[in-house]
Amino acid sequence: MDNFTVGVVVFPGSNCDRDVSWALEGCLDIRTKYLWHESSDLSDVDAIVLPGGFSYGDYLRCGAIARFSPLINALDTFVKSGRRVLGICNGFQILTESGFLPGALTTNKNLNFICDDVELDIVSSKGGWFNDRVKKQTIKLPIAHGEGRYHCDSDTLKKLVDNELISLRYKNNPNGSSFDIAGITNEKGNVLGLMPHPERACDETIGGTDGLFTLKSLILK
Amino acid sequence: MDQFAVKVFVRLRPSVLDPAGEATKSASIKLGAEGIKSLRIGKMIEVKIEGNGENEVRERIDLLCDRLFANTVIEDYEYSLEKL
Repeated sequence: MDNFTVGVVVFPGSNCDRDVSWALEGCLDIRTKYLWHESSDLSDVDAIVLPGGFSYGDYLRCGAIARFSPLINALDTFVKSGRRVLGICNGFQILTESGFLPGALTTNKNLNFICDDVELDIVSSKGGWFNDRVKKQTIKLPIAHGEGRYHCDSDTLKKLVDNELISLRYKNNPNGSSFDIAGITNEKGNVLGLMPHPERACDETIGGTDGLFTLKSLILK
Repeated sequence: MDQFAVKVFVRLRPSVLDPAGEATKSASIKLGAEGIKSLRIGKMIEVKIEGNGENEVRERIDLLCDRLFANTVIEDYEYSLEKL
């Protein structure tokens, strides 16, 4: 496990890349490597994080331009190989835009950019991204987004529910998301997208450690 | 080669809530405009494009709309095309 390396993707406009790297290296002693969005060589990373921010200035739609980067083009093979991909906030938006996860993320119902701590119910730990083996089925993570309202049609929602693909639901839905959805996985479970920021909850001194489990689970095979 | 001016309209699907449209509707009413029943905000994209005839250009515009200009999970699109 010593050589396990997590690639942290950097787009023009990413702004949580260093936070993710700090949390992985500093709090969990997991090696990281920044991956510039124009790189398509993913051979020396074992897992990938798409961090938060405003890739390509969120032009057109959040994540719409990032989807066409060489790195995202190379992600399909990476995902099919079973390696793990975590999309946080803008990373979640990129994963839906590029079709790795179903649905879409759009403007918050109240139009506000919401920066707050939210309580989340762990609905499913498919893929092992969340700890559902202890009594604490609720975690607290920070959110910071203007376009985090998850939307999908009713057929997709049924599929998400039936296949246990919904990982996290807001206790008090802050943005108008369908079915209070805050995070989902793909069917295989190796891709997770979520609007809350686990990397901002990795140290008691800055407000909690409920994000550690998810980041640590990047090293699962 | 023919040149075409294309206007693409991208709209949120009717089933998708448009909070910006709702806020603008509310401001329109405050301005004193009467009779507004609904107000929804979309995008208009203007493209000048060259190709061998309208059919070939339409194929490329369809691809652009479907894969880039609109996210068809939440948006619909339509376009008009004028030969220059």
